[in-house]
Amino acid sequence: MDARKQEVTAMVDKPAEEDAETDGGVRAYTVRLELVDEPGELLRTLEPIADNGGNLLSIHHERGNITPRGHIPVEVDLECPPERFDGIVDALRDAGVNVIQAGAEHYGEEVNVVLVGDLVENDLSDTLSRIEGEASAVVRDLSLSAPDGTEAVSSARIRLAIDSGRSDAALEAIRSIGSDKELTVVEPLLGGEA
Amino acid sequence: MRLAILGAGDVGRSVADLAGEYGHDVVALADSTTATVDPGGIDIDGALERKVGGDALGSSDHDAVFESDYDVLVEATPTTLDDAEPGFSHVKRALEADRHVVLANKGPVAERYEELRALEADSAGSIRFEATVGGAIPVLSTIEDSTPQAVTAVRGVLNGTANFILTRMAAEGLDYEHVLAEAQDLGVAEADPTFDVDGTDAALKFVILANVLADGGFALEDATVEGIQSIPGSALDLAAEDGRTIRLIGEATRDGVRVGPRLVPENGALAVTGTRNIVQIETRNAGSLHSSGRGAGGPETATAVLSDVGRLPPL
Ligand SMILES: NC(=O)c1ccc[n+]([C@@H]2O[C@H](COP(=O)([O-])OP(=O)(O)OC[C@H]3O[C@@H](n4cnc5c(N)ncnc54)[C@H](OP(=O)(O)O)[C@@H]3O)[C@@H](O)[C@H]2O)c1
Repeated sequence: MDARKQEVTAMVDKPAEEDAETDGGVRAYTVRLELVDEPGELLRTLEPIADNGGNLLSIHHERGNITPRGHIPVEVDLECPPERFDGIVDALRDAGVNVIQAGAEHYGEEVNVVLVGDLVENDLSDTLSRIEGEASAVVRDLSLSAPDGTEAVSSARIRLAIDSGRSDAALEAIRSIGSDKELTVVEPLLGGEA
Repeated sequence: MRLAILGAGDVGRSVADLAGEYGHDVVALADSTTATVDPGGIDIDGALERKVGGDALGSSDHDAVFESDYDVLVEATPTTLDDAEPGFSHVKRALEADRHVVLANKGPVAERYEELRALEADSAGSIRFEATVGGAIPVLSTIEDSTPQAVTAVRGVLNGTANFILTRMAAEGLDYEHVLAEAQDLGVAEADPTFDVDGTDAALKFVILANVLADGGFALEDATVEGIQSIPGSALDLAAEDGRTIRLIGEATRDGVRVGPRLVPENGALAVTGTRNIVQIETRNAGSLHSSGRGAGGPETATAVLSDVGRLPPL
């Protein structure tokens, strides 16, 4: 971990704008990525940013968290000319990096959902990966309560990061996963001042 | 106004009892078998005493109500689904005789809204139904005052029994079955609480709201409804970890009706406790309005009925 951190620091220190052709102002952007926990992965990920005219400002591992799928969520702040930004995101995706959210806002929407049912018997990790895949959401943490053991009805609260404006669609996807897997989905009440 | 009251349960009896206070006369009162009718005003105390004491309410056939000389029919018979009978026919009969109708019975307004409005259009009488939604809370009149076009959505808690159960589960860490039994002992839940806990009762109210917003088009079958029976105590615990709780929340818009358990901020306006109800009316130009209060009970519901009577034009 330490070794990699150093690598990152080295990259950040390198003046990345050297080869960036800025033809106007630059803007700050935040990109949220999910990395596989393998050596060198972070460095590999950051290359397309510099290569495409982005200037790295900071990188943080979100609270050292690991997503339930074993990935490491990473948030990268960078600056670049606005017309370059889409190219950077495309390059990241082309390089096989899982880009969760990209935009000028620091965070998308964060939404809590409670699932109830035979969660464990119904393959909880499959449920979570379906949510990440079908609802294009990132599971940021999960808290499970199974007072009567994992064979019985249990509840899980999952905190999801969802791109701004995509919550309704994401919740709809989660509802349909819930009905597939016979789980009760307790959604947040969005809209209005609850 | 001269009132003819159909139904001598909690609501009908309270309407009869309070009518005088609001300046109205009761000329007929009926239950499912008999009626008492008097053009000069029935003996309300005597009738209520007989009813509560288990004797026949009156000596007339219950149909005699329709022959009496009334201005407003108060429909307070049990709510029924689908064809909403016999409530619907009662309303029809009164409108065809050019009389007003005030409903506490949710069935006709939820299930056959357009037919009611068509009958009303051909009648000198009008219909009003504030009591069907939120008991004592002025919900429909608030929407009417803001004009329905300016209201974009109505959300809230409109079933006191389900809200009581969820509140107790969260506070005591008890499971659904346990709290339901307690609610039944306290008289908060009926012996058969099905419609309260499976969301049907709340859904009927939100269907009525959607009908008012969209000027018809909805019935119970158009609503997406989920109850609270499958919510374990552990789900409420998890919600609390994050400053939230679970409430049976309904939503009505012009696009549809949804009722189900939802996460809401623990200290937010919609997280009312006990049997209290609340509605949030979202308006186009004036933000959200909240009103909360007692959503059920004989006298509470009767006040809504009598306020409606007061809003009717003279015939
Ligand atoms: N209670 C509330 O807080 C509340 C709130 C809002 C709306 N409502 C609605 O208001 C209505 C009345 O509620 P409630 O609590 O008073 O009900 P209830 O206590 O069950 O009383 C119903 C009354 O209707 C009578 N009835 C049944 N069929 C009839 C018929 N064909 N003709 C004439 N009367 C008939 C019954 O007669 P018998 O006495 O002979 O059985 C009884 O007196 C229901 O539709 C309910 O959904 C109630």
